[in-house]
Amino acid sequence: MFDIKTITVSAWIGLFFTALFLFCAIFAPWIAPYGKAEIVGGVWEPMSEQFWLGTDNLGRDLLSRMIYGARITVFIAAAATALSFSLGAILGFTAAVVGGWFDTLMSRFIDLLMSIPTLIFGLVVLSVLPSTIITLILVMGLLDSTRVYRLSRAVAADINVMDFVEAAKLRGEGNAWIIFREILPNALSPLVSELGLRFIYAVLFLSALSFLGLGVQPPEADWGGMVKENKEGIVFGIPAALIPAGAIAALAISVNLVADWVLNRTSSLKGGRG
Amino acid sequence: MQILKLIAQRIALGILLLFAVSVLIFAGTEILPGDVAASILGQSATPQALENLRRELGLNEPAIVRYFTWLGGLLTGDLGTALSNRMDIATSIWPRLKNTLFLAFWAAVVSVPLALILGMLAVRYRNGWIDKTISGFALASTSLPEFFIGYVLIFFFAVKLNWFPSFSTVHEAMSFGDRMKAIALPATALTLVVLAHMMRMTRAAILNVMQSAYIETAELKGLSQFDIIRRHAFPNAIAPIVNVVMLNLAFLVVGVVVIEVIFVYPGMGQYLVDHVTKRDVPVVQAVGLIFAAVYITLNMIADIAAIVSNPRLRHPR
Repeated sequence: MFDIKTITVSAWIGLFFTALFLFCAIFAPWIAPYGKAEIVGGVWEPMSEQFWLGTDNLGRDLLSRMIYGARITVFIAAAATALSFSLGAILGFTAAVVGGWFDTLMSRFIDLLMSIPTLIFGLVVLSVLPSTIITLILVMGLLDSTRVYRLSRAVAADINVMDFVEAAKLRGEGNAWIIFREILPNALSPLVSELGLRFIYAVLFLSALSFLGLGVQPPEADWGGMVKENKEGIVFGIPAALIPAGAIAALAISVNLVADWVLNRTSSLKGGRG
Repeated sequence: MQILKLIAQRIALGILLLFAVSVLIFAGTEILPGDVAASILGQSATPQALENLRRELGLNEPAIVRYFTWLGGLLTGDLGTALSNRMDIATSIWPRLKNTLFLAFWAAVVSVPLALILGMLAVRYRNGWIDKTISGFALASTSLPEFFIGYVLIFFFAVKLNWFPSFSTVHEAMSFGDRMKAIALPATALTLVVLAHMMRMTRAAILNVMQSAYIETAELKGLSQFDIIRRHAFPNAIAPIVNVVMLNLAFLVVGVVVIEVIFVYPGMGQYLVDHVTKRDVPVVQAVGLIFAAVYITLNMIADIAAIVSNPRLRHPR
């Protein structure tokens, strides 16, 4: 499946940057030149030999903050995506297989949830919840699982009427077997390409929340939070806030490129029908 | 008559949805695990202060009673009182709502025609360099966070070139020209945020129509390109395009939240975020519901436009 020759140039770019960000996220304490909360210089020093990206609003090394920020951003976004995927997929498959009142009830409830813009509902809920990383992951994961639910229910409803599923039902297999052994393997490829998009969405959502001051709380900071910390400098012509903002954009674009490539590959495997 | 019945049904559904959403928003802030009063005041609150706040919020009454009190207030235009500054919420919201709609209106005036034209260009020169440039731009801009676009605009056009103010402060006494100058950057940012999505959906909608069998038939029976578009493609593309436009207006109203915070624009989004930080529940509920109502209304208009423009949707399949 992963023949090197079939990887397109844009996919290479995407893979390279995604890998770079992941590397930073995993090995942050070993590669960051300074500690994440260590004040090492003046406020908003320009880029120099000593501080590659300059210093931030409190005189901390921006490069080190970026590397630690990658860790928090990627971790929370990945955890929220994992939650939304497992929850959305299991509920969606179950609704498609079980049908009846469960399906109707779930689907109407999801319709209701999706009729409120995600960011607005997120803000409403976060106004009473404590701002911890766990809450963030739960809120983001639950809100985003609605989209996964819709997709997986549609995919599973298609597969559910195929002959091999009928055969399994006649054989007397239970719902759990049908969902995990018959439907899941066949629904995997459309879901995998959706995974990348949901991850990007989670990154952007988290960054927006942190930028608004409702996500990751100081002294910890993800990239969105770092934009917030350094935004006052923009007016004085100090571009420090643009660096984390650009990093979010770069991560989102590179994951997008990889997801695009995976999508094209899986659809070409099926004779280009996607 | 059939069509009126369908539209009435859709509006009734919208109203029903609005009530369900009000329940959800209320439930989201009230029936969460933990004590609302405790989470508003923080951990250092005294038991006396907690008790006072509980009484003020009516937390000692059952949730269902509080919901109907709140709903009754909403329906009579009373949005309640803000916890943080004891101001009447409705009077604080009104000027901000006007500001937000002003910003969203001008962003829509620019972005909708631009997106439609670019989308049609992309279809006309399909797979050519124009199409590829537009698609590449669209891919990039859906991945850009709003604040990246916003701060890049501020950095270059307000700070380096000094063409526009970097904070979009507007007030009642401002002239229309000054007001337009103040919203130039946020409106541009908002346009860029929705443009790509709208353009891609327009392109897909027109392509979908252009590739259908009846267009091919029209070509084969020798109709001119103009007639094909006028008689066959356009009527069928209206519904999806109106749909795209409405969905994006809905998106625009939401995108306004982050943009307003970036440009320190005194609108609804800024107001919402401020009060989420202050844990001012009555304000958050009211503003959240207004945002949701606008979003649902726009979606409803999209559906109605589809029903009106597409006869096939008038008959149940």
